[in-house]
Amino acid sequence: MAATATATEETGKSLWQGGVSPLKASYGKLMMWFFLLSDAFTFSGLLIAYGYIRFSFPAYSGDPGAFVPSQEYWPIPEMVFDAFPFLHGIHLPLAFVGLMTFILILSSVTMVLAVEAGHRMDKKDVEKWMMWTILGGITFLGCQAWEWSHFISGSGKVGWGIDLTGNGVIDFVGANLAMNEYGPQVFADLFFFITGFHGTHVLSGVILNVIIFYQVATGVMERRGHYEMIEKVGLYWHFVDLVWVFVFTFFYLI
Amino acid sequence: MSEQAQANIAQDGHDHDAHDHEHHDNFITKYIFSTDHKTIAKQYLISGIIWALIGGALSTIFRLQLGFPEASLEWLRPLLGGWITNTGTLDPEFYLALVTMHGTIMVFFVLTAGLSGTFSNFLIPLQIGARDMASGFMNMLSYWFFFIASVIMFVSLFLETGPAGGGWVIYPPLSALPQAISGSGMGMTLWLIAMVFFIASTLMGGINYIATVINMRTKGMTFSRLPLTIWAFFLTAIIGLLSFPVLFAAALLLVFDRSFGTSFYLSEIYIGGEALPNVGGSPVLYQHLFWFLGHPEVYIVLLPALGITSEIIATNSRKPIFGYKAMIISMLGITILSFIVWAHHMFVSGMNPFLGSIFMLLTLIIAIPSAVKVFNYLTTLWKGNIKFTPAMLFSIGLVSFFISGGLTGIFLGNSAIDIQLHDTYFVVAHFHLVMGSASFFGLLAGVYHWFPKMFGRMMDAKLGYIHFWLTFVGVYLIFFPMHYIGIAGFPRRYYSFTNFDAFSAFGDLNVFVSIAAIVTFFAQFIFLFNFFYSMFRGRKATANPWKSNTLEWTTPLVPGHGNWPGKIPYVYRWPYDYSKPGAEDDFIPQNVPHTETGSSNLPHENELIEEEKALKAEESQA
Repeated sequence: MAATATATEETGKSLWQGGVSPLKASYGKLMMWFFLLSDAFTFSGLLIAYGYIRFSFPAYSGDPGAFVPSQEYWPIPEMVFDAFPFLHGIHLPLAFVGLMTFILILSSVTMVLAVEAGHRMDKKDVEKWMMWTILGGITFLGCQAWEWSHFISGSGKVGWGIDLTGNGVIDFVGANLAMNEYGPQVFADLFFFITGFHGTHVLSGVILNVIIFYQVATGVMERRGHYEMIEKVGLYWHFVDLVWVFVFTFFYLI
Repeated sequence: MSEQAQANIAQDGHDHDAHDHEHHDNFITKYIFSTDHKTIAKQYLISGIIWALIGGALSTIFRLQLGFPEASLEWLRPLLGGWITNTGTLDPEFYLALVTMHGTIMVFFVLTAGLSGTFSNFLIPLQIGARDMASGFMNMLSYWFFFIASVIMFVSLFLETGPAGGGWVIYPPLSALPQAISGSGMGMTLWLIAMVFFIASTLMGGINYIATVINMRTKGMTFSRLPLTIWAFFLTAIIGLLSFPVLFAAALLLVFDRSFGTSFYLSEIYIGGEALPNVGGSPVLYQHLFWFLGHPEVYIVLLPALGITSEIIATNSRKPIFGYKAMIISMLGITILSFIVWAHHMFVSGMNPFLGSIFMLLTLIIAIPSAVKVFNYLTTLWKGNIKFTPAMLFSIGLVSFFISGGLTGIFLGNSAIDIQLHDTYFVVAHFHLVMGSASFFGLLAGVYHWFPKMFGRMMDAKLGYIHFWLTFVGVYLIFFPMHYIGIAGFPRRYYSFTNFDAFSAFGDLNVFVSIAAIVTFFAQFIFLFNFFYSMFRGRKATANPWKSNTLEWTTPLVPGHGNWPGKIPYVYRWPYDYSKPGAEDDFIPQNVPHTETGSSNLPHENELIEEEKALKAEESQA
């Protein structure tokens, strides 16, 4: 089969004439691509929902420095996401989420290195780079857990909170799915849902990576004679990264 | 990548090429957890038939209510129990659940899973010349996810609060608030869970179909030699792959609104004078997300039926399909357009009217590829040597429904006319003809046509004719009068129309429709008898009973696992060489090389002979 594939590659025009894989990809890799295409539409649906709801609210129009949240307008992300672990009370807009993003992208780099090591059939290197990728994924999830818990417990800033009774006293700080101190109810709803949905994808990716790492370590791939599975989970991992870039752009930058 | 690794992958990917050895399956691996595409197809078919019976039975119950609102339905109490009120009439909320479940079952479980699931699975490997689907395991998983979805949806029918009742489109806020109607309680929860499994099943099936068509075609089977059935299944799978995930997103957001207190679709709602805390969401957002699936879904249902029809009409007219390339291009056009017309379902939702005029334009453009297909069917039939097999009759019936239902689509696509017609029985009549009945006829045509390949026996043709005429006439008698009821303005999904003086003139018409619906429903039992009787007692089929060109008829009468006992045939020509001038027979199968058909070759085909020689040598060597 491999021999015929090489023969037809030379003529070029016979690539789509059947009997070969025209995209030079095994069906497994092809299926992963189509799954990702489909998943991209799920995320697009969610991000479009975000845009639809977000732009039904007015933007904050005053001086950004003097921003105080209100349910009447959409909050400014830099003012909401400005906390950093162990650095309480310091205004570091988007620093922590920037670090998270950097870690996730770095884990994509180590994934590329794992795939490359797989092509060389270098088991040791595959193990090493898969390990780094798994660590990167777990770190990202840890960061997200901190970010969520900070978001839920409240920013602790003066004047941020919800006055339920209308007597000028703040009764509720932090956020849940029904109310939040940062702005309209749907702001937190969307934040939890979309970053949570992405986090679920990262978690599944980490689990997949761990399974694959185990298979590499026990020599399954070596016996199989190729490390194509690394490429498949690698595709998924890069996709999850790419989606994060969009989520990041929509939630934190725009 | 090292060459060794590359070669290993190629080896791995084509492991199932080497299926020469006998398989020793036990009952469970052969009939239940089978990875054979033919068995999975039959599983889908049987499940689809069961669902069609349930869906049809539900419609006869609500037709009883619409046709005979005064009649006592006390005799249904053993079946429906508490859903029959003390006065012997149907519970109004149960009526809503009936129309909801009828729609859900028919659209998703019968015409998506039952149609695509059956024929994509059965025909793709057989017609492209493959041993099986790319991933037999995922294919099996796809069926069993569908099975889980089926069980959950079926269980919801027996809840005390009833199954989902918010319409098959489950628009919030109605579907989001359990306090609104009883059908938005547990029934809706189960509906959503079932649909999540259903979407996962469709996704796994679709990915498999696409990968199989791209990667597993036999030698010589170029895309321009694919039977139109395969083109249709391929494009259907792509539509499903890109539209179902959006329904998935919409459904998940709805789950959160229902169960976890979010407000994605809810804003400023009062129930019983009490304001709900939800602020900021938008029900129109749900409609956008839903119809981004919902409209392509129409073509997911219709395209496989059109593909099946193309094949059957060409075979039984003994003529090449008219405009093979035009058929492909129009299917491609429909595929692309299906994604950019969704808002024509929302003209009166409060959406920006300017947006409405854009969607109107895009919608009306769909008339072009649809008309191309219709004219191609008619010109294929024109002066053909027509064999009126039951499958052929059902295919012609499909074309008839596609025309008569399609014409009303042009009315409905106009945003101004839609103000009058929206959510009336006119819409019901339109989509039941163009998508419901047409696709259903495609499904039946496919069963009659490929039954010999599935079970090695023929279905009884006489019973087939009776079944066809009762169903064909019945469908028109049901849905034609509905246009009048709709133009008069009678809204769909209403429990009772006798409460309005304006509509009492249509009482007789509704009685007529109900009787026609019930008769047509019972006519389907002729098919059921024919299907199951012929499976065991039918006349033994010949290898190629319809004298068809496609590859599935080159397999043994009942193909085993791996489809071809020896090598897979190579393909040398397109699938529509029927009645070719100069040929000995009136059909030339796809695996016959041009060297053997010298008398009928066209000049450009003679030029192919040189190229074919190498292929032929390779085939005889392999």
